[in-house]
Amino acid sequence: MMQTDTPRLEIRNLSVAVGTDEGEARILDRASLKLMPGSIHGVVGESGCGKSTLMRAILGILPKRGRATEGNVLLDGRDLLTLPPAVFRTEIRGGQIGFIPQDPYQAFNPVFRVGTQLLETTRAKAADNARDARADIIALLKAVQLPDPEHALDRYPHQFSGGQRQRLLIAAALASSPAVVLADEPTTALDVTTQAQILKLLRGLAEARGLSMLFVTHDFGVVAQLCDTVTVMYAGQTVESGPVARVLAAPLHPYTKMLLACHPDRSAALSGIPGAVSSPLRPPTGCRFHPRCPSARSECSQMIPPTSVHADQQRVCCVLYEEEERV
Amino acid sequence: MTDARALLEVEDVVTLYGGGRSFLRKPRPTVRAVDGVSLKLIAGQALGLVGESGCGKTTLAKTILGLIRETSGTIELDGKIVSGVSAQQARARRTTIQYVHQDPGAALDPWWSVGHALEEALRIHGIADRGERRQRVDELLEAVGLDASFRSRYPHELSGGQQRRIGLARILVLRPRIVILDEPTSGLDLSVQATVLGVLDNLRKRFGLTYLFVSHDLSVVKRMCEQVAIMYLGRIVEMGPTDEIFARPRHPYTQALLAAIPKLEPGLLEHAPTLPGDPPSGSAPQGCVFRMRCPFATAQCSEARPPLVSVGNRHVAACVRLDDISTITRN
Repeated sequence: MMQTDTPRLEIRNLSVAVGTDEGEARILDRASLKLMPGSIHGVVGESGCGKSTLMRAILGILPKRGRATEGNVLLDGRDLLTLPPAVFRTEIRGGQIGFIPQDPYQAFNPVFRVGTQLLETTRAKAADNARDARADIIALLKAVQLPDPEHALDRYPHQFSGGQRQRLLIAAALASSPAVVLADEPTTALDVTTQAQILKLLRGLAEARGLSMLFVTHDFGVVAQLCDTVTVMYAGQTVESGPVARVLAAPLHPYTKMLLACHPDRSAALSGIPGAVSSPLRPPTGCRFHPRCPSARSECSQMIPPTSVHADQQRVCCVLYEEEERV
Repeated sequence: MTDARALLEVEDVVTLYGGGRSFLRKPRPTVRAVDGVSLKLIAGQALGLVGESGCGKTTLAKTILGLIRETSGTIELDGKIVSGVSAQQARARRTTIQYVHQDPGAALDPWWSVGHALEEALRIHGIADRGERRQRVDELLEAVGLDASFRSRYPHELSGGQQRRIGLARILVLRPRIVILDEPTSGLDLSVQATVLGVLDNLRKRFGLTYLFVSHDLSVVKRMCEQVAIMYLGRIVEMGPTDEIFARPRHPYTQALLAAIPKLEPGLLEHAPTLPGDPPSGSAPQGCVFRMRCPFATAQCSEARPPLVSVGNRHVAACVRLDDISTITRN
């Protein structure tokens, strides 16, 4: 892991609202995170906590009635939210940022050859050099350890297994040599042995190519095995972040503690977290976790909890740590 | 295998798919989806059936349930042989075995309230009195950790975990003794998974249920089951008490599965050997079914199917190189 001070990708106080028939849903509420160069950063939280919306905001593909109401998305210091859509399409998506989707079974069109679909992205960017593009892709297929890479491009999606399709998608994400790769639960649909292969592959690729990767997952075990740093999200708010080893060994936020306690490796009693994630249409005021929090105090519903910084840059947004150093 | 009474005994069951010839076409290859499986369910216990997709877990579960007819072998339920009959008769004889689908939410009618769906099952089972039905529905909801207010809710108003609990309540109506749970927690968040597992544990104690717990998630099986059977390409390659299997896995496939679970301790995966290739599908190779992906495979492995041999207290494994492997992995 390289250590430099400027993050490759930084999300600063990002709020995203999506219009619905029942009113405006505040999906993200002042979410912040930093992705340092050459590191893998995990984003972990339950379904509905805004992980996918965060990804979409970075890629500029928010739903039609969705918009960022405040905050910045900075890629190497450049604010992506101010970019016109055309620039986004040509420079950012499939350019400086690569994307690995969740479900390898749905990402391909079954009636076209894999090669046609993989070369589509590169053809849009550099139409002049078709033969080179093909050679480049085959080299990438070798890098993702796909069996028989020379003939893979002439085959159809159904001729590949789930793990192989995920390798193809990883190759597609890397086709434009991006510096930043976003991965949205890429191993959720796979068997545990295949998941282990893909996690090792991603780790190896990140190291070999100096990638910075944002890895969204709901499984803390995957974070422990793959990531250097992690951000924990709850109901659109980023509640805790820090180095993985540190957060796993000494979680600070009550939500992180409860989430870790749900992991089969840790839980003594099978209790889960009582209650459900609140609806973004009517989010609780203040800290959004307070209705489910065992340590909630009266002020939790009235104020946004302050962020405190602890050893090893572990950050937590919770009133329990108010007396510590403020940011 | 044990002194405790077996409620269900499956003996050398084989289930084949395909074969035959469709009109004007080539003959279809036969797939041995379940290939000579023997296992016992002890009353009140849970047996975990673990393996990757395509290994035959669900086919075995459906064969036991009676939805798919076994090609050969016997199934004995509570001392009576219930196999070798037509699918219709098979279900009639196995009413005490019930099945919870992977996604019970999909099995709920979107136009029916929860109360309506649960009452329907009671009505079919001959409870004519409306008051009694209502009371039973409340009891069932309470048993799965929901309150009576859920009676008036519709499926789309329920979260994934709640839908699964309603699915459980629905089969409890039928007063089963054996419940086959097919991936009961797949697709759920860890926090919801913990809640659903807690409910399953309570139900088992309260109603004295016996579970066949089909899953690809070893960490869940570890929590829930007394016994584990590891399946690969239609065959059980290792079976025994859960503690024993997790502490001393003997078959190379079990070892690889255990090593692949992402644990909370960082860095473990990096040093663990990963299994090459994909879970195979279709027909099994000659000899040991696992040899194509096995790091320890030798020429000997392709000669014959290794039988399950005893490797400890009620612990069996099917591998010809068990002794060599334990020396290799110890060093």
